[in-house]
Amino acid sequence: MPGLGTTLGRGGATTAPQDLLRADCILIQGSSMAEAHPVAFRWVVAAKERGATVIHVDPRFSRTSALADLWIPLRAGTDIVLLGGLIRHVLEHELYFREYVLAFTNASVLVGEHFRDTEDLAGLFSGYDPEQGAYDGASWRFAGDDPARPERDETLTDPRCVLQLLRRHFQRYTPELVRDVCGVPPELFAQLARALTDASGPDKTAALCYAVGWTQHSKGVQIIRAGAILQLLLGNVGRPGGGILALRGHASIQGSTDIPTLYDLLPGYLPMPKAGVHTSLDQYLGAVRSRGGGWHDADGYVVSLLKAYYGGRARADNDWGFDFLPRITRDHSHFGYFMEMMDGKVEGLFVMGQNPAVGGQHARFERTALSRLKWLVVRDLVEVETASFWYDSPEVRRGELHTTEIGTEVFLMPAAGHAEKAGTFTNTQRLLQFRDKAVEPPGDAKSELWFVHQLARRLKEMADVSARSEDEPLRALDWWYPENEHGEPEVHAVLAEINGYHTEPDDGAHHGPQVAGFADLRADGSTACGCWIYSGVLGPDGVNRARQRAPEGAYFHGWGYAWPADRRILYNRASARPDGAPWSEAKKLVWWDHERRRWTGLDVPDFVADKAPDYRPPPGAVGLAALRGDAPFVMQADGLSQLFVAKGLADGPLPSHYEAIESPVDNSVYEQQKNPVARLHVRPDNPLAEPGDPRFPIVLTTYRLTEHHTAGGMSRFLTHLAELMPELFVELSPELATSLGIEHGGVATVVTPRGAVQARALVTARMRPLFVAGRWVHQVAMPFHWGGRGHVTGDVTNDLIPLLGEPNVGIHEAKALCCALFPGPRPPDASIPRYLAAMAVRPTPERV
Amino acid sequence: MAIGDGLASNNQRRHLYVEQQVTVGFFTDPTLCIGCKACEVACKEHNALPHDGFVFTAMSYDNTGALGASSYRHVKFVEETALAPDAPPGFLFLSDVCKHCERAGCLEACPTGAIVRTEVGGVFVQDDICNGCGYCVVSCPFGVIDRRQGPVPGAGGAHKCTFCYDRQKDGLVPACAKTCPTESIQFGPLSELRERAEARRQTLLDRGIAGVSVYDPSSVGGIHALFLTVGDGARFGLPSSPEVPTTHLRAAWSSALLTSLFAIVASALAFWGAGP
Amino acid sequence: MAGFRGLPLFAQIFGRKDGTGTEAMSPRTRQLSARTTGSQTTRSVCPYCAVGCGQLVHHRDGELVAIEGDPESPINQGTLCPKGAASLELLTHPARLTQVLYRAPHTRAWEVVSTSWAMDRIAQLVWESRARTFVKEVAGERVGHSSAVAHLGGATLDDEENYLLKKLFTAGLGLVSVSNQARI
Repeated sequence: MPGLGTTLGRGGATTAPQDLLRADCILIQGSSMAEAHPVAFRWVVAAKERGATVIHVDPRFSRTSALADLWIPLRAGTDIVLLGGLIRHVLEHELYFREYVLAFTNASVLVGEHFRDTEDLAGLFSGYDPEQGAYDGASWRFAGDDPARPERDETLTDPRCVLQLLRRHFQRYTPELVRDVCGVPPELFAQLARALTDASGPDKTAALCYAVGWTQHSKGVQIIRAGAILQLLLGNVGRPGGGILALRGHASIQGSTDIPTLYDLLPGYLPMPKAGVHTSLDQYLGAVRSRGGGWHDADGYVVSLLKAYYGGRARADNDWGFDFLPRITRDHSHFGYFMEMMDGKVEGLFVMGQNPAVGGQHARFERTALSRLKWLVVRDLVEVETASFWYDSPEVRRGELHTTEIGTEVFLMPAAGHAEKAGTFTNTQRLLQFRDKAVEPPGDAKSELWFVHQLARRLKEMADVSARSEDEPLRALDWWYPENEHGEPEVHAVLAEINGYHTEPDDGAHHGPQVAGFADLRADGSTACGCWIYSGVLGPDGVNRARQRAPEGAYFHGWGYAWPADRRILYNRASARPDGAPWSEAKKLVWWDHERRRWTGLDVPDFVADKAPDYRPPPGAVGLAALRGDAPFVMQADGLSQLFVAKGLADGPLPSHYEAIESPVDNSVYEQQKNPVARLHVRPDNPLAEPGDPRFPIVLTTYRLTEHHTAGGMSRFLTHLAELMPELFVELSPELATSLGIEHGGVATVVTPRGAVQARALVTARMRPLFVAGRWVHQVAMPFHWGGRGHVTGDVTNDLIPLLGEPNVGIHEAKALCCALFPGPRPPDASIPRYLAAMAVRPTPERV
Repeated sequence: MAIGDGLASNNQRRHLYVEQQVTVGFFTDPTLCIGCKACEVACKEHNALPHDGFVFTAMSYDNTGALGASSYRHVKFVEETALAPDAPPGFLFLSDVCKHCERAGCLEACPTGAIVRTEVGGVFVQDDICNGCGYCVVSCPFGVIDRRQGPVPGAGGAHKCTFCYDRQKDGLVPACAKTCPTESIQFGPLSELRERAEARRQTLLDRGIAGVSVYDPSSVGGIHALFLTVGDGARFGLPSSPEVPTTHLRAAWSSALLTSLFAIVASALAFWGAGP
Repeated sequence: MAGFRGLPLFAQIFGRKDGTGTEAMSPRTRQLSARTTGSQTTRSVCPYCAVGCGQLVHHRDGELVAIEGDPESPINQGTLCPKGAASLELLTHPARLTQVLYRAPHTRAWEVVSTSWAMDRIAQLVWESRARTFVKEVAGERVGHSSAVAHLGGATLDDEENYLLKKLFTAGLGLVSVSNQARI
């Protein structure tokens, strides 16, 4: 989550749904929270009943909008313009929370003189290399040599200070621009601006909730950045009822980035080493560590991780086994390797609890790619479409693939469900909650813990008798876990390793006592830790804090365990004035106790507990000691939140509006049409529509229904859910339906350059054409939960979505693209390729 | 009761209403409903109800269609076009349920004694006694009760909301109310709910919301599942004056009696006049 | 006399009941009890979205009986959404897989295989594919990886499972094509 990570310091939601109860205003944008997160929305309803203003910004009037005080329809993919308009409004009218902004953000920091803004370069920042399609961010750095002590102008008047750069950058984001690009009338914009700025100040806070409606864009990270900048200017981060709530869609999706099954990260947001860049541990640590702030201690985290991985084989004389780790060389993400799979370069694939045949982007491409595998292992509760692609995929029906010609060896293994195994989920508020096992899984169903362990045992045995040097890391791997009677590793042993322990063993034991927290981690091999940010979850007392269920106080400490160190509201030092007193009685959370000379309050302070507000670092101080007593963003090198991000983002230090890769209109903000560094994956089997392509004039956005779950494996097979939403549909306005001759309840076909999908037409006034750039733009919306199997079946919406990647995280663009819509059913399966060929456009020749 | 009460909420805490013979009810408030249908699912899961068919109705997000023999809760979706070009459209949700009428048509019509009133005032169909005659089906002024079509468990018999009598006997809250994420469905003693409904009506009126009323029709002697309505209750399919067939029984019998008396007198007079 | 008064008709007359109340309840009705009563309860967490609602899993003799919201959870306070409310059906519906299915190359049908055979075969395939595609270095720079054995999934798994997956696949086998639902 680099949007929040670069701005605030950590890639996680700063707050929790329950804290929304304390908000005076709640802005929900890029999320239909009532539909996708109904129980979290409970707290929005509660806040509304207590008088909070609830605003929903969304192209579609949804079940969330129905409960909101204000609904702002906007053209999909134009969020940065609306947010930029709000940022401009706040700056131009001097409505920002000056004391907060001055003390807690980098508004006063001076940017180096080589920096050039999009204002100067027609929508590009300085450092753009059109050959590489990438930025060199060297000119974005701050002035001065020491990142912990950048040059500042406390008067906020220097034209090179961040606040003035921000003012200049967003000056063109006027209400008129918002009207012309987003389709939001100025009166509605004024209402939105008033609601937000009225809820800003010492005794007021506003919260911001978003989900994949913000992330699934070719500039998703920068949309989140824009939201974070707005929240910082209004002084809302780190305070009760404030913050940014990233609403995540899977039970442990936060957990799977914290302890990543991702190619470019190691546990605790440590980067994966890159070939040719991180050639030694020293070099790697030099890149990861900062002089000031929490990352200074990363050497302890890294060495402890290597000790957890390689045990006794990680020694000082071999760089703690750093060279056992593989290096990444390119984009090895889902989309990256599926393209290699299509080209026959991937032999085997494990799929665990995911269903790319339905949920993957350009799913038709992904299903076809599966047929090029030598082998495929699918582990799930049911036979999902990914497992059955070889005999009942649309491609087989269409005759594009033939079962007997598919050489893929396929294993479909039954997985244990959540009540059939013990383990920890990390939820959207960074809360670790351990589940006990209630019953045995049915038949041969097994947990993934069992599967990995049994696979590891077999592979390690093979490595033990192999003489090959490349098997050395496998031989070195410390696989010490005791087994239970089912041949499953003890889950507490794994959690203890995640927590970390002292490596000097107790008598007869594998290791010594568990560490109490990440502050105990050392770079001398005396500690091991599988994920430093989770350290403390299973400490030396042996108490599994993720299993605790005795909530106390306003923030429910004692119920589960929130990373880091059970802090429930991140950056909560910002809930107090620079001098340590609460901003107001109504909004107090953490404050400085002068008598005890400690931070105290309703939450665990996200701060050094005894660092006084007036602390000023001595010269030469490093780590947290290098941060002032009024610098709440402790993971940042300067302790400040970053309105301007000098380092760490691929597409610029400030958010700028670019049109979606497929857009019906030209960018009227800049000459630059698209995110200049988006990963476009140009290839003949991934055609894209050009901006303004008359064949695809309608904006398409996708969303999730309350009644279904993602790719349907956990909902289409359940009668009680399937009956509630039995068929794929497309929502469109009465105006569009009339003009196209589509009848309510009838069948319509949605076409993009990638696919043609049939859906029932829901004609509704909840969809509304918008007047944009001098003409009416129509938008349609589709859920995406159907596939070929289960009680209810239907076409795969994701067949329509292009394979392309946001430049920082590689996320696709499913929330804003272009389509054509026709009345009636789609052509039969067999003629779809011809049908698409007739509609086809050439692959986009070059980046524009 | 408000969101955040947790264990203290009537929707969550254990109770002794059956033992203490406290008349209980539901109060369903569409202004808090998010149309999620958790009530429908929780009901079906607890009561092990079969599905009602996988049919896309095109009636907004409502594919359940109506209350029936296998759907004891039904969330109605009302969509209305905006009153002005820039005004939002209307999108309202209401979770409908058996009203457990004070004067219950189904109960009065049941010839087998299968339908009874429980200690907490609920109207309960006893599966093991019901013979599937269907008299109750035509006697419900709300069209709630229905016979289940086979081949599914309980086919042939009449079914409707049980008020989770089994749960209530063990001190548990009906599944729908317990599950409702926004407490749009509230459970509790009926007298308390009537007060709460009135207070809610007043609160909404104070907020400037016009046309709020509490649906509790006297024509069936009051109901045990109260609803708040905004605007015309008919939008939610709630009849303004529901009647059970036996409402006119007294008048019918009286007029029959009068008619027969008249016939007797007239005949007597006729014979008298025709005397020798 | 007492037996005679116990007969329904007389009970109604003497009890001044109209025959529609508790006096008309069948023995089965009188013995009704919630499914969860008398079951064992295990605390759990909903497997659907990331809100992390607490669940109480009721089970008896190793069989699931009901799954409901945990009223003590500060997150959901006993409530659930429709998906969470359907958790029992999620784990008990007839389409749940209970055996390992295997499809040999170019064949038309699944066959049932034993778990141990499948595990041995999968280990062998991993071993061979990795050996064939392992890259020690590129242009003199250390790489030490195979990108040709890939993994997808994790956002629905437990932290402990993701930890072991990453440890075995990346730290042990040098597999880098590891990905899941999370992007940002």
